[in-house]
Amino acid sequence: MGVEHQGPSLVGVGGLAADFELSTGRMPLAAPNLQPIRSDPSFSGADIRRLVAYIASLGGPAIPSIDPSRGSLLEGRDLFALQCAGCHQISGAGGVVTGATVPALDQATPTQIGEAVRLGPYLMPRFGPEQLDQHQLDSIALYVTQTTRHPDDAGGLPLGHLGPIPEGMVAWLVAMGALLVVARMTGERAS
Amino acid sequence: MTGPRAQLEPEDPRREVTADPTRELVAAVLLLAAAVASAGFVAAYLLSGDTQLMGLAIGATFVLLGLALIVFAAGLAGEGRAVEERALPEPVQPSAGEIVTAPGSAITRRRLLAGAAGVAGASLGAAAIVPLASLGPAPALGRSAWREGRRLVDDAGHPVKAEIMETGSFLTAFPEGASKVALGSPLVVVRIDPSMLNPPPGREDWAVDGILAFSKICTHAGCAVAMLRYPLFPDREPGPALVCPCHYSTFDVTRAGEVLFGPAGRQLPQLPLRLRPDGTLEAAGPMSGPVGPAASGVDW
Repeated sequence: MGVEHQGPSLVGVGGLAADFELSTGRMPLAAPNLQPIRSDPSFSGADIRRLVAYIASLGGPAIPSIDPSRGSLLEGRDLFALQCAGCHQISGAGGVVTGATVPALDQATPTQIGEAVRLGPYLMPRFGPEQLDQHQLDSIALYVTQTTRHPDDAGGLPLGHLGPIPEGMVAWLVAMGALLVVARMTGERAS
Repeated sequence: MTGPRAQLEPEDPRREVTADPTRELVAAVLLLAAAVASAGFVAAYLLSGDTQLMGLAIGATFVLLGLALIVFAAGLAGEGRAVEERALPEPVQPSAGEIVTAPGSAITRRRLLAGAAGVAGASLGAAAIVPLASLGPAPALGRSAWREGRRLVDDAGHPVKAEIMETGSFLTAFPEGASKVALGSPLVVVRIDPSMLNPPPGREDWAVDGILAFSKICTHAGCAVAMLRYPLFPDREPGPALVCPCHYSTFDVTRAGEVLFGPAGRQLPQLPLRLRPDGTLEAAGPMSGPVGPAASGVDW
């Protein structure tokens, strides 16, 4: 039932919230004021299933079924850019918002992505089925898993997956230095 | 430029400037072309504002200037090193009259060259000064298409229904039938638990069941306010706020978009909302203040 100002009631949060918080290792929390962060789950898969089944029996939304293979990568990218990239970065590398850190998505499973969108864990906003339908959720999960597992690092050195502009800046810096050295070596001192 | 050089004939000190008349002509033409290109930059700035055209024009200006300098330098200095010998015999100085009256004299070509350089310099100076107009008052600041009764539409142009928004969600909306890219147009619409609302006097009825609309343009530097934080467990977590990803200006959603953190100097302009009978959202009035970055002259 929860304790006021300590922990929320779990009646009605459903299997969705329980599975997300336990399977990502966010819960149990070491102290009530900490931000839950992703870590190794504290319980075995079987124990998590039992806990989720118990919380689910108290009522609330079920674990969503997410199938990235039914999604569209292009639509997923557009939706992610519009709704998610403000905090998570277009590369899914995470970042910060005032008062909290934003997790990277490179370990998030499609089911966990769907759960997070519907739940809005910690300070994340939530999106209902009227705003992001099943197909759009599948598409976002496809984009996130694709872009974080197979990042497009054409330059060879990812530099935080920030794209060609920072890579180019570093290339310019290195090339300028090299050119200076060459100019210094080939130049003739005025006498 | 005027001193006699070791490899020059001492009896002909004008040789250095009379080396090749066509070179000077080419240099002058290049300088004039540079002047035309930088005039093109000014024209592009004033007429179209297309940054690609402006970049092309100013780039061409510097390329042409560079070419003119190369031609000029090559024509006058020639190859190799020039060492000034101090122990030369007294050079023959032509009288002023000789220079002025000499047919096709160096003075005329020098004047041509100097004139061309002057035109190019003036034109480049104009290209450097004219863009300062952009520092003037921004005409778009403070203007917004939001009026009482204008509906909110999403990025696909569909009217925004209040019922699609869950508590703790946000979306981007635009004025129906108006420009989406104008500074005053984009909104970030958020839905929070109505019990969290703490509006200042006069704004008590600006929200519809906890749905609030703010300008999506940060009042600090004009970035898109793309982040909403909304606590799942408000007792132990920071309160709802809109955050700008550029410099982390943080605006209190529960209280009129007041600045909680960051470099923004004034609150995020809010749009009063009301519900239409068909369940869609519309503006109940204009924006609460000027939209856009905190340029000088914006009073709050």
